[in-house]
Amino acid sequence: MIEARATRQTYIKVFVELAVLTAIEVAIAFFTFNETLRIIILLGLAAAKAGLVALYYMHLKYDNRILSIIGGFPLLLVVIMLIIFMFDQMTRR
Amino acid sequence: MNTATATTEQIENPFPGMPPLKFAMWLFLASEIMFFAGLIVTYITIRFTTPTWPVVSDILNIPLVAANTFILIVSSVAMVLAFEAVEHGNHRFPYYLLATAVLGLIFLGIQAFEWNELIHEGIRPSTDLFGATFYTLTGFHGLHVAGGVIWILYTTVKAFRGGYAENHIGVELAGLYWHFVDVVWIFLFTILYLI
Repeated sequence: MIEARATRQTYIKVFVELAVLTAIEVAIAFFTFNETLRIIILLGLAAAKAGLVALYYMHLKYDNRILSIIGGFPLLLVVIMLIIFMFDQMTRR
Repeated sequence: MNTATATTEQIENPFPGMPPLKFAMWLFLASEIMFFAGLIVTYITIRFTTPTWPVVSDILNIPLVAANTFILIVSSVAMVLAFEAVEHGNHRFPYYLLATAVLGLIFLGIQAFEWNELIHEGIRPSTDLFGATFYTLTGFHGLHVAGGVIWILYTTVKAFRGGYAENHIGVELAGLYWHFVDVVWIFLFTILYLI
């Protein structure tokens, strides 16, 4: 069971990746360029960091898939909420 | 007559090897994800429907909060190392738990300092929609950090008294909660401070 888990080295490696991604995020925050592109990059970086924490630190990568389904289902609801919001925005005025 | 014993003994775990507590913890986390998702989508909706939104980088102390974000990430590493240590029977794991709790407290201290600064600049929850949403989101997250610190301190004390020797589910559950709080902050930092 222990063998199926991440090792200490994996945890440290993920930590370095999280630190680097955070540094990139903060660097991007001080640049102004295409606003839409900037938002997409920043959200992508945040999703990558969240994914690293969920997969390795919360062990979703090694656990039964049902736990990923339980945790992922609300995210599907978020997407539905955002789509409804976008339609609401587009049909205003 | 022996039906009672039969029902309690013969319930099979549909997910072999998974502790029921861990399954329950994930159900709880799913409800927490929905809670924060509701808040974040509300923020996005308000932000994009409000014509005058302040330039957040002019108001918020981004380097300070970036450092705080880093502190929370380090606390997550300490937590996961505590779990790794307890799983391998390493007796130093209570120190990792203590480090996690201390880092969590530092995060809260910096957030309190940030709020204090903002309030002195005249940005209050009642100032405008930015203030209202900013304090609601960071406040609910801060409460979760505070709850997590209390939970981890309890775990730490129990660990120093020789707890978790036979099973370490308690450390794992506290870890899951703590990492969840970290994940929420990853999104809040991006959405509130960087975008």
